[in-house]
Amino acid sequence: MGHATALYERHVKAGAKMAPYAGFMMPIQYPTGVIAEHTAVRTAAGLFDVSHMGVILAEGHDALAFLQRLICNDITDMAGGEVRYSPLLNENGGIIDDTLVGCLHPGLYGVIVNAANAEKDFAWMKRQRFGDTALYNISRDISILAVQGPRSETILKRLADTEDLPAKYYTFSSWISIAGTAAFVSRTGYTGEDGFEIYVSKHFVAGIWDALLESSRDCGLIPCGLGARDTLRMEAAMPLYGHELTEDITPIEAGLNRFVKMGKGDFIGRAALAAAGKPSRHRVGLKMTGRGIAREGCAIYAGNEPIGRVTSGTYLPTMGYPGALALIDATHRSAGTTVDVDIRGRRVAAEVVRLPFYNRFREITRANHLSDTPGEEAYTPAGH
Amino acid sequence: MTFPQHLSYTKTHEWIESLGGGSYRIGLTDYAQSALGDVVFVNLPEPGDTLAEGASFCDVESVKAVSDVYSPLSGAVSEINEVLLDSPERINQDCYAAWLIVATADAPGSDWLDAGAYSALAEAEANAH
Repeated sequence: MGHATALYERHVKAGAKMAPYAGFMMPIQYPTGVIAEHTAVRTAAGLFDVSHMGVILAEGHDALAFLQRLICNDITDMAGGEVRYSPLLNENGGIIDDTLVGCLHPGLYGVIVNAANAEKDFAWMKRQRFGDTALYNISRDISILAVQGPRSETILKRLADTEDLPAKYYTFSSWISIAGTAAFVSRTGYTGEDGFEIYVSKHFVAGIWDALLESSRDCGLIPCGLGARDTLRMEAAMPLYGHELTEDITPIEAGLNRFVKMGKGDFIGRAALAAAGKPSRHRVGLKMTGRGIAREGCAIYAGNEPIGRVTSGTYLPTMGYPGALALIDATHRSAGTTVDVDIRGRRVAAEVVRLPFYNRFREITRANHLSDTPGEEAYTPAGH
Repeated sequence: MTFPQHLSYTKTHEWIESLGGGSYRIGLTDYAQSALGDVVFVNLPEPGDTLAEGASFCDVESVKAVSDVYSPLSGAVSEINEVLLDSPERINQDCYAAWLIVATADAPGSDWLDAGAYSALAEAEANAH
């Protein structure tokens, strides 16, 4: 067993398969199944309980300077209501966690961290803390819902005033009313689709969960579990901590270069990254061309030479083929390279492909619609 | 969950239909397909492959994991259900129609259960999870 989220009873009542994840009993899938849940998010909308995620507040005159030293992205220009993705590094340049930093005002920041890392991150932050910076771990008081999919905006507009909702990707609104409850709502997610994340007191989350499902059944909104969350983030090539990201992997190796601002001034891990130079291994995407699904830990070969290992692998429901994320020798990283994956003693052919596997802007263009949002944002590996 | 009366079952969640003449059709039970979730991939053996009772002869992949399928008998593979290579989801849709292989054997397995005994076992396992 683990901690129950405030929605535990609802998940059980809905027939969800529950399993421990990062110390929490979480819904893995509902009776609809992973593929139906995945498809709902790609075509309509899905509702996720992601209350296991951690929330840490940093407040004070030195909070910005502290965070600038703590994380490798640059947030000096962030205004209230903006969100930015950033890895959190150790002195060796390895990744302690990947986070979303939200600026309430330059003096108060919310840091969203992975559930499994929340205690570790908080301890690390307290150790690095300086000056007028107060840190609060409010993870256990806050529940988080994610509404993800092309119909998310339509759904949220039924429970909130349109002008209150964050209009742009990677922004958030504070203390807005959702179904009569005060909440923070960000336009973020971990699925590769448009969507929102709702931060609310754990005492009031159930009302919002119920209101969402009751008001938007006609939009195709269904509850989704961590199984679909994983296949969705895989297609969007968003890294998952403990798999693509660990304390032994640098953000450069993980392909997160654009979140590392070497020129912003000193930060923890900067010296190690500068000394390491060009990495000898790199995160890539693999499309299985032979029959089989590569799973985490599978060895990868170029001929007889071992060149790396799979960090995550699954069937990609929207793409219709199995895919994997892998860490391999940089010399083999270019798209089109063919490799072999050892799947339970069998060598199965795979091809290095450009990431992400799925890009909603590419799909929209394909469907002959115009998008007013730059395609670049679809690559943002934001979430957990 | 349904467990047709005319089939035999193993403790590892395969069903067996005796076709007569030492021929047996083998598939996955309703409990197995439900526990697996969406099946997205099936690795079948080749006709002619030998089967050893209790040994893995096939693997079935759901979105999340790979699972072995164990042979209920000792014998040889005579036919495989090639439809499953392109449409593995049929195992979820109708697990008793979506057979995996037909096997020939000199004798049935040593530890088969009837529908009543198997449904009791499946229910106990379902409650344990």
